[in-house]
Amino acid sequence: MIASLPRPAWLRIATVLYVAAFLLFLFLPLVIIAVFAFNNAPYPAPPWRGFTLDWFLGNPSAGRVGLFRDTELLGSIWTSVVVASWVTALSVIVGAANAFLMERYRFPGKQALSVLMLIPLVIPGVILGISILAFSSRIAELADSLFGLDLDFLRPGLPLVVVGQFSYIATIATLMISARLKRFDRTLEEAALNLGASHAAVLRTITFPYLRPALIGSAAISFLMSFENFNTTLMLVGADAPLTVTMYGRMREGASPVLNAVSLFLMLASAVLALALMRGGKRAP
Amino acid sequence: MLAWLLAPALLWLLLLIVLPHIDLALLSLRERIAPRVYRPSLSQYRTFFVEPLYWQVFVRTAILSAVATALTLLIAFPVAWVITKVARGRTGALLFVLCLIPFWVSETVRALGWLILLRESGVLPALLVKLGITAVPVELLYHDATILIGLIYTSLLFMVVPLVSSLESLDNTLIEAAYDLGANGFAILRRIVIPHAAPGITAGCIVVFMLTLGNYLTPTLLGGKNSQWFTELIYTQFIVRFNWEQGAAFGFLLLALSTAMVALGLRLSGQRFVDVMRRA
Repeated sequence: MIASLPRPAWLRIATVLYVAAFLLFLFLPLVIIAVFAFNNAPYPAPPWRGFTLDWFLGNPSAGRVGLFRDTELLGSIWTSVVVASWVTALSVIVGAANAFLMERYRFPGKQALSVLMLIPLVIPGVILGISILAFSSRIAELADSLFGLDLDFLRPGLPLVVVGQFSYIATIATLMISARLKRFDRTLEEAALNLGASHAAVLRTITFPYLRPALIGSAAISFLMSFENFNTTLMLVGADAPLTVTMYGRMREGASPVLNAVSLFLMLASAVLALALMRGGKRAP
Repeated sequence: MLAWLLAPALLWLLLLIVLPHIDLALLSLRERIAPRVYRPSLSQYRTFFVEPLYWQVFVRTAILSAVATALTLLIAFPVAWVITKVARGRTGALLFVLCLIPFWVSETVRALGWLILLRESGVLPALLVKLGITAVPVELLYHDATILIGLIYTSLLFMVVPLVSSLESLDNTLIEAAYDLGANGFAILRRIVIPHAAPGITAGCIVVFMLTLGNYLTPTLLGGKNSQWFTELIYTQFIVRFNWEQGAAFGFLLLALSTAMVALGLRLSGQRFVDVMRRA
């Protein structure tokens, strides 16, 4: 029952207990990961054997390879950053173009296009992955048999991973940027044009500054979604694996506290990103 | 200018969405009769219905996804209610932010947390022994319930957000009026709250069901060899056995189920696809 109505004591207690249990459910897995990143034992399991930083700093010579010495994990973090940067750049550019297209222009088939733009969100990631894999390899085979071209970037690998993730993250960027552009007061642009500003100057000094929060927000979300993507990536990955795929492989082999260390590192990175976004959001008009 | 703005949208949707799916459909409708020789055939789809393992895994995935969606709704609804209607002042906003935090972390990380908690040598089995509930550590992984917990955990955000936004717009005075006129809590819930929140409930359920059905990571990690999730069959056919025709057919069956459920949800609640996606 709502706050302004009388609530019996048992209901109030039950509410508090429920919320507490819910928060425990939400945070227990994350807290456990953080705790066992510092356990002085070869497996991330109880009992607690004392505090150590080995799983971050450990030397291969000491028998424990810490995160900052694990070249495979560090390499895949870098791979993820490269992939996410490409996906972010592509998604924000295409998303902004789509936002202007859908908010500013009228053309035949616009309604159908707006539905089609949402479709990537309802296709399971695994299927996005296999359809792009099959299509790109068909084109590669065609190019090979018709022109004798060997198009390596159409084979499973990072270019395909970028394209696969972009195929649905572009929708999210489009929605975020469109939502802000929709609320824009176009009389501001008209006033600037009346006062003699060129179209480029209007875009640079009025429209773009207004859109900035949405551009930054969609860039952050795109980066995060790309970094975390697993389903689509797994189908398109080649020799260089991004972090989620490497972690998945290691988790299937067995447990090591290094995975806790890299997870904790990811949590902190996400927290920094979230805080930066919230601060930026407060400053925006 | 219009052409310049249309080009990226059309390139993106045609090259990455429309054409690949047409290609996938063609792939699923052919059969290999000799190396590099194919003929049109429905045999991939026939295999699905003839081989019990395949359709059983399909049905199992659908049912478990539906159960996970229902449980996610049951767990998330009271929380959304507390956030929007019970908590005073900033407590509600704080609680909402707390709900969002775990979803900034990758699904891989969240699954790792559950692995450490639930595996035989893990935290919860050790706790159960210490409390004297079980004599020896029990394996809590690799059960259907484990898969459900993992799926609910990854889905909560997508349920809480649309529920909160639909409950926020519910005018408290309506509830007060119903209360003053003598309605009990159950009647208020059934006749005022649920009809008002229906769009949010539908949006949340559609998104959660879709994500659950298409999930690969959580069922395979928490369910192990017992997971029997349909996406796993697709992966096996495509990547392990290199039988792309069969994998494409499985992919289309999954897509058909997902689309059918989305359409059913929209039909039941009388909403438009575009509105639901915006809400979610």
